[in-house]
Amino acid sequence: MSIANRRPVPVLLLATGFLALWLILAAFPFMWTLWGSFKVEGDFFSKADWANSIYGTLTTAETGGSFTGDGYHGAWIKEEFWRAALNTAIVCVCVVTVSLTCGTLGGYALARSGYRYAFWFLFFALIFRAMPPITLVSGYLLPFFEWNLWGHLYTTIIVLVAINQPFTLWMLHAFFKNIPQDLDESAMVDGCTRFQAFRHVIIPVMWPGVITTGLFSFLLAYNDFAVTTMLLSKENQTMIPKIASFLGTTQTKGNVMFAVAAVVSVTAPLFVMIMFFQRQIVSGLTAGAVKG
Amino acid sequence: MTMMKSLVMGTAMAVLTSTTAMAAGHGCDISEGRVNIVGNEFPAIQSVAAAALECASGVEAESNLTADHQKINLAGMQGNPAEYTSAIVANSSIVALINEDVVRPLDDLVAMYGQDIPARQLITIDGKVMAVAFMANAQHLVYRKDVLEQIGMDVPTSYEEVLAAAEKIRAEGIMENPVGGAYAAGWNLAEEFVNMYLGTGGQFFEPGTANVSINNAQGVEALEMMKALTEYMNPDYLTHDSNATSAEWEAGNVALMNMWGSRTGPLMDTEGSEEVVYSNTVAGGPLTVGDSGNAASTLWWDGWTIAKNISDEDAAATFQALAHATSPALLNDETMEQAVWLMDGFEPQPLNEGVLATVAAGANPYPMLPFMGLLHTSLGDNIADYLQGNESAEQTLADIEAAYTAAAKEQGFLQ
Amino acid sequence: MKHSTFFWFVLPSAILMLLFIALPIVSVVTQSFYSAHEQVIVTVENCGPFGCTESTAVDQEATQALQDEEPLGKWVGTAIYTDRNHLALGEISDAWISADGLPDFGRSLMNLPFYKAMAFTLTYTFIVTPLTIILGFFIAIAVNSVAQALKGPTIFLSLLPMIVTPLVGSLIIFWMVDARGVLGAGLQWLASDPNLSVKASTAMMWMMLMFYGVWHSAPFAFVVFYSGLQTVNTDTLEAAMIDGASRWERIRHVVIPHLFPLTTFVALIQLMDNFRVFEPIVSFQAQAHATSLSYAIFNDLGGETRLLSSAAATSVLTIIGVAILLSPVMVRTYRDFTPRS
Repeated sequence: MSIANRRPVPVLLLATGFLALWLILAAFPFMWTLWGSFKVEGDFFSKADWANSIYGTLTTAETGGSFTGDGYHGAWIKEEFWRAALNTAIVCVCVVTVSLTCGTLGGYALARSGYRYAFWFLFFALIFRAMPPITLVSGYLLPFFEWNLWGHLYTTIIVLVAINQPFTLWMLHAFFKNIPQDLDESAMVDGCTRFQAFRHVIIPVMWPGVITTGLFSFLLAYNDFAVTTMLLSKENQTMIPKIASFLGTTQTKGNVMFAVAAVVSVTAPLFVMIMFFQRQIVSGLTAGAVKG
Repeated sequence: MTMMKSLVMGTAMAVLTSTTAMAAGHGCDISEGRVNIVGNEFPAIQSVAAAALECASGVEAESNLTADHQKINLAGMQGNPAEYTSAIVANSSIVALINEDVVRPLDDLVAMYGQDIPARQLITIDGKVMAVAFMANAQHLVYRKDVLEQIGMDVPTSYEEVLAAAEKIRAEGIMENPVGGAYAAGWNLAEEFVNMYLGTGGQFFEPGTANVSINNAQGVEALEMMKALTEYMNPDYLTHDSNATSAEWEAGNVALMNMWGSRTGPLMDTEGSEEVVYSNTVAGGPLTVGDSGNAASTLWWDGWTIAKNISDEDAAATFQALAHATSPALLNDETMEQAVWLMDGFEPQPLNEGVLATVAAGANPYPMLPFMGLLHTSLGDNIADYLQGNESAEQTLADIEAAYTAAAKEQGFLQ
Repeated sequence: MKHSTFFWFVLPSAILMLLFIALPIVSVVTQSFYSAHEQVIVTVENCGPFGCTESTAVDQEATQALQDEEPLGKWVGTAIYTDRNHLALGEISDAWISADGLPDFGRSLMNLPFYKAMAFTLTYTFIVTPLTIILGFFIAIAVNSVAQALKGPTIFLSLLPMIVTPLVGSLIIFWMVDARGVLGAGLQWLASDPNLSVKASTAMMWMMLMFYGVWHSAPFAFVVFYSGLQTVNTDTLEAAMIDGASRWERIRHVVIPHLFPLTTFVALIQLMDNFRVFEPIVSFQAQAHATSLSYAIFNDLGGETRLLSSAAATSVLTIIGVAILLSPVMVRTYRDFTPRS
């Protein structure tokens, strides 16, 4: 670590205290959910006494033990949540790939073009993003039904990519602005075409930005409800609409815990993913250090 | 649809059998056509859809049951051919499909395949059969037997008696907020007003027109009764939908509430609450308000329709499958408890008594008017202002009328 | 960059956005100028399981004839924009004339759905956006300084508010802040008021929605700033240190300018998302206390009879609102785009 990052003790204490407070705030609801997912609904959502969810009064009365795996069993085995998880995996991978491919090309061009029309392009992209997704989706329904596009995973993937494209473009544009222009321009002086310069000089140094943008594309596809719930048929359902169907309009007893268990159990792969990619973000540091 | 067409019936059935109990029943003889059902998602509808798909197992059959059914059923039936051959609707939601002219009259199909359907299941509009109902629902009183015994009062039959009982329960320190109700701002709150206003004998519209007329003495009376009830409710009542109200009940915090008949089953089973709560939960009849003697409740049905933009084979296949699914063949030990079924052979369970009493008391069906949905939305948006004490009852009613009128003009119901 | 190169680089994005966003926007704008046809209403008798009632219905044949004449609907110009459920110009001028002083006029204004929604939306936007940026920035600085081995878990925990689907996350938090929930009970204990209920008062509900807003979107700002920090030039930082710059001065003069383009980006996105606040209102059942334009659209489209033109008009108003809100940031960005020689 560079000496510039060394810090005096009081600052360190302050920073650590602040971070600890934030981590508690950020993680407490999830930890509470993790604990509660092994209880019955009557305990976890107890209107009688919140301490029930710690001691598991009704869990003991109804299942015999103070912990139960019923939520997990119900979600994954009875309701076949793995199908939805599989669909989500497909949607996420495709959305991230397509979104980043289109986005990096576009974002790079927007950051490097000095012309006014690049600004207007970004401006309209932003105005497009202002459109509430709920209006967009209800507008898609009729043509999609008419042209037999409704219900398929690929339709949803393309829609998610398109709706998210303004965000991706803006974000990557902001990151590319941070990469000095000399870098690719000198490559072009050396005889590279614009695309070769992008491919060989820019791509290696842009990982922090791309990974961060990819993370958001991923989370968007992963957490989307407005689009997936309206555009996917039952057999192509992704996780979030599936979870919504556990909740239903009239909450069937016990099914709420399926939703809680499902949410908790799909968080584990995300942990692995973030552990992996945070190194990539930092590895961009060394690559980024070559800049002028 | 190519993908759905290629869907072998075997896989469709494998998915469905695993999720829903199947009604035992064969004898369906559908050899051509297509069945695709869209509808809401709760156990009774799941049973009906599963039985229909089983019946149509010889042809391409699918269902899409989702809480968002109202957002997709119209678009899904407007195409030609329509994606969905049938939508399962209620008396409030059928009007949207009829207004857009996407469902077909069923008279010819009833004559050909539906002679066994009793007349009470047929929903006719202007003499034409537009839907076949299969279950009924209504709101009615649910009470705690033990608490009423403790305060020595009879089961209330009117909201005035509910207030008196609530006062006594509070005064004796048994419960702080003994009254419950689905008063969440929006659809639920509007539904409570519809009940209460009909209970006072009010009319929503000038007869034969779309002109709203609720800013009157009955409107004020209904609002005032609702406000009086909220004094005995949990202070968070504006966020309590029927799920949250049921949770309050199971926690033992509430002794009297107006609740959906379809919800009483889970309140009486042994899960989710203490023994003292579930064993003392009893379904009462509908409540009245003021001296009008009308039941302050509305009757609801759920039924199925057939899309207009589909071939005759598809319509015939769908009709046969659903007619079979809503025939006595559906009823067995498991499905019997799921709803108040309208077909022959239904044996009322103790928990159904509330709905049956409401029907017997002559409560009004929820108005099946083309513009009722617009009024319902306006009600849901505005009543909370009055309950929170921000404005007078008259002002709230005037706001509702103004909001409705603007919406009805946009929809072409008013000029 | 050459025009043709630019064209080919942005083409995939441009096609996607044109097809799936620009075209729908055109149709939405068109829709907002048309209302449904006059519906021919007839009196009919309806029968069902509960007997027969005299009722009304739409005369399909007569209405169909009108429909065929003008398939788009009836042209009404800006009538939908100005009606009571939107800008309510007529009601405002009436209220202005009859108002008994400014406070009375304000009350009349707040009684109109559009202005009531705007009051909450703007408060929410202008409180949540800066807090999110500041909180996200400090989290990024703090996380950046923890030991390498702890970074992964710290980042993961910090992202949790964003990862856990709001569908279930808000259900749980909604329960937690209930008067009988763990946070609600904690608040009552803190305030020594056993009757305190967050869900019962408008002010508390607003505060909770804003708190949730900051909590939910701080991870976004954090991640953007954190990855921005990875490219801060350490040489510059060291040089500044040798020149005797204090820690704060280094942040102020090196780190913050470096993060500035990213801050603009975060501000743009946050302003826009907060202006379109919707999810927490539905999840927390807060519609009695707070509404927004997006909620109004949801309400129009989610009712038993869908109000397409009304939803379209509100969507257009949302876009205009966002454009106005973002104009200062856009002007700045525009200056950055001064053509180079």
